[in-house]
Amino acid sequence: MITLKEALTKSQDELNRLKTQMENKAKEGGLNAYIGFESSGEGVPILIKDNIQVKGWSLTCGSKILQGYIAPYEATAITHLKSHGMAPFGRANMDEFAMGSTTESSYYGKTLNPHNKEHVPGGSSGGSAAAVAGGIAIAALGSDTGGSIRQPAAYCGCVGMKPTYGRVSRYGLGAYSSSLDQIGPITQNVEDAAILYDAIAGHDPKDSTSADMETVSVAQNLNPDRKLTIAVIDNYISEADSQTQRVFAQTVEKLRNAGHTIIHKNRLNTQYDIATYYIIATAEATTNLARYDGIRYGNRASCNNVSELFYNTRSEGFGDEVKRRILLGNFVLSSGFYDAYYLKAQKVRHLIRDEFNAIFKEADLILSPVAPSSAPKIGSISDPLEMYKSDMYTLSINLAGLPALSLPVGKDSANGLPIGLQLIAKAFDEQTLFDGALSLERAVNYQK
Amino acid sequence: MFETVIGLEVHVQLNTKTKLFCSCPTSFAHRQNANTCPTCLALPGALPVVNRQAAIKAMRFGYAINARVNHHSIFDRKSYFYPDSPSAYQITQMHKAIVQGGELFIDLEDGSTKRIGMHQAHLEADAGKNTHDGDISKVDLNRAGTPLLEIVSAPDMRSSDEAVAYLKKLHSIVRYLDISNANMQEGSFRCDVNVSIRPKGQEAFGTRVEIKNINSFKFVAAAIAYEVERQTEAYEDGVYESEVVQETRLFDVNKGVTKSMRGKEEAADYRYFPDPDLRELIVSDEMIEEAKQMPELPDAKVERYIQELGVKRYDALVICSTKELAYFFEEMLTSNASPKNCVTWLTTELLGRLNKASLSIEQSPLSGAKLGELVSKIENNEINGKGAKDILDRLMEEDSSIDALIESMGLRQVNDDGAILAIIDDIIAQNQDKAQEYREGKEKLFGFFVGQVMKISGGSANPAKVNELLKKKLG
Repeated sequence: MITLKEALTKSQDELNRLKTQMENKAKEGGLNAYIGFESSGEGVPILIKDNIQVKGWSLTCGSKILQGYIAPYEATAITHLKSHGMAPFGRANMDEFAMGSTTESSYYGKTLNPHNKEHVPGGSSGGSAAAVAGGIAIAALGSDTGGSIRQPAAYCGCVGMKPTYGRVSRYGLGAYSSSLDQIGPITQNVEDAAILYDAIAGHDPKDSTSADMETVSVAQNLNPDRKLTIAVIDNYISEADSQTQRVFAQTVEKLRNAGHTIIHKNRLNTQYDIATYYIIATAEATTNLARYDGIRYGNRASCNNVSELFYNTRSEGFGDEVKRRILLGNFVLSSGFYDAYYLKAQKVRHLIRDEFNAIFKEADLILSPVAPSSAPKIGSISDPLEMYKSDMYTLSINLAGLPALSLPVGKDSANGLPIGLQLIAKAFDEQTLFDGALSLERAVNYQK
Repeated sequence: MFETVIGLEVHVQLNTKTKLFCSCPTSFAHRQNANTCPTCLALPGALPVVNRQAAIKAMRFGYAINARVNHHSIFDRKSYFYPDSPSAYQITQMHKAIVQGGELFIDLEDGSTKRIGMHQAHLEADAGKNTHDGDISKVDLNRAGTPLLEIVSAPDMRSSDEAVAYLKKLHSIVRYLDISNANMQEGSFRCDVNVSIRPKGQEAFGTRVEIKNINSFKFVAAAIAYEVERQTEAYEDGVYESEVVQETRLFDVNKGVTKSMRGKEEAADYRYFPDPDLRELIVSDEMIEEAKQMPELPDAKVERYIQELGVKRYDALVICSTKELAYFFEEMLTSNASPKNCVTWLTTELLGRLNKASLSIEQSPLSGAKLGELVSKIENNEINGKGAKDILDRLMEEDSSIDALIESMGLRQVNDDGAILAIIDDIIAQNQDKAQEYREGKEKLFGFFVGQVMKISGGSANPAKVNELLKKKLG
């Protein structure tokens, strides 16, 4: 597949032919990465996760409960795409309401990993990552609440980037956890990620949490020759499997050889990240998803009265993982538990942010695993806590609101699946993030 | 003996042009759900943005009641499912309201004033409306997201009279501040009453019962009266613990009783937490400056009327009770008529006629300036009082200039001594006998002569002059 950079030089006729090819190949390939082939406007086709509003398109967040809903308005990120020579094309599959790490919980069925169809593509932006890695999308938009861009990118062997919280407008992104969600690019390489990031970043008065600051083009200022100080968090690595540890060690060596300085740090145990994340994310999610009540839009269950309307619609409309998180969120917010859970989680969240700030006093970037292993087999994770643990390296980045980029650096020698690592930068320093990522991409010279 | 303890929660709909968290108009729409957008419909991905004007109006109220205006306040989500609540949570301020504390002074029947402490006033979004039509229920979200200021008093009131006085004062203040239309019937001024009783002298409060959504001052008084009686009887009958429970009750307007709506055990757990879609509401210096621009408030006005205009306290309270009446009065004063006469002509003559016609001061057919002009014409001896009343009667019916009416009704006052003397001479000549009787001591006949002169002059003779000259002539 041609890169985004190259596609931006193509005529609309060529792009239209490409769209037809992608659609045919996607239908033949059986990855189930696309759940729709809608097209809106002229420009380089960008695959859109099913939780980002495109005016006139169906939007379901991978859920039964939103069947039949057509978005009457456009997400700000989509408006920006269109003004940068790109256009939304196709709906990417996802875990229901972005709650999952495998893209197994979609109403449209699971998406498969393009490297091995017995394995998951990761999630929740599994459709976006599988399509880009599988050669059926030039680039895609995903959303990342606790790793949902970076982890599937790592499992599928492509580049996934989560911007600083507040960089990209959330207006029009079906909310999972408002204080953690960010839209970001999933692309074939670092430069494409920078181009797509540039297109969607910027202040939006419609999003009160959007950062009111000027954004300078990152892609036009990419500099892989900067010599950076990169921190590795030693107590992190020990929790990853041996394959990931091996690839991590090799990568550190390559960075050193490329002239970067490596320093060693420690952080809180990741178990605190997991606990904090699942309290805050579920508290916010339980209220964000309360609007799906069958009254105004979406799927309404049959009922005899208003209580049944709510009860049946939501019982039938939501899947198990979504229900689990709604229950958890309601529990932590319940009267009498608020201080012990939600308030405490907010305090820990501040601690986590402070920890990162301290590291960034000495380092330009942090190098970390994205996941403790390569993509697991479909159906192999049945215990929700096991799945939550697989997000241990990504959650803290969302809690701290930092930008991070995942890129493939090696392969699992046991199953041949890609292994990705992430670089993390301080808030609003996307330029350094992309500079370091481009340097790393060249240093590892990853081969599909 | 028992003491009644009352606290009031009033929801005031702020009269901003747009809703609290989106740019939909708050104006009346004929079509249901016409004034809606992705945000107030709670579509997936839609986000709230705080309406600055609503915050400024809330702040203005805070400054008006000597409250603390928090420069940082927080919006919280209050979760509950109801069809007219699109996001299934209301955005309100639970953890930190924009206005905290404050006080309000109420005027009691006996002429005294009482201080009522204020707990807080916070911003929140209104719900939509559900209507039921046979088997079909409909949801109209035109009102959803309209800004409300919920004003919570301290439990400082001790009778229904005080509660009503508080509501009237609060109503008057929000109208003066122009932050709300505050129309009870239309629901832009809604009242919940918290009532409890306790034996006199006891410090601890009794069990608090909340009566929701009462839509007139009269019903507030009736609901409190009923509730106090119910609680007192329960106490005296020894069943207070079981009968009076912390619950929400509704006032049945037709039967004049309160009825249990939901008990404490059924009370919803609203699971409040700070809304992550909104950052702290931070008040800027410009907002403070704008909020502090406020009109003269009723308490200050009353004092000024008394001190500077020499108006009696009772009259000042009446006139200042609504901003419309006060502004009408002040418009009258621009004609340079004396405040004393303006008070009389406003409160007795005009209000009397308006009452008879079932009109409010806003619906007065003539303006304050015109009534002031009429009063000043009496004071300038252009017309007399009787003539002015006749003109006012006409002005209630038609929009004419006062000068034109004076001419057409022949009411221009005759102040010329010669003209009046001529009439007097005539009258005395025609009533020699009566003049004689008067001179012999029958002073009652003086009135007869005045009446005759006024009659011949067509009511236009200056009565003071007539009196003066008659006395001379008859004397």
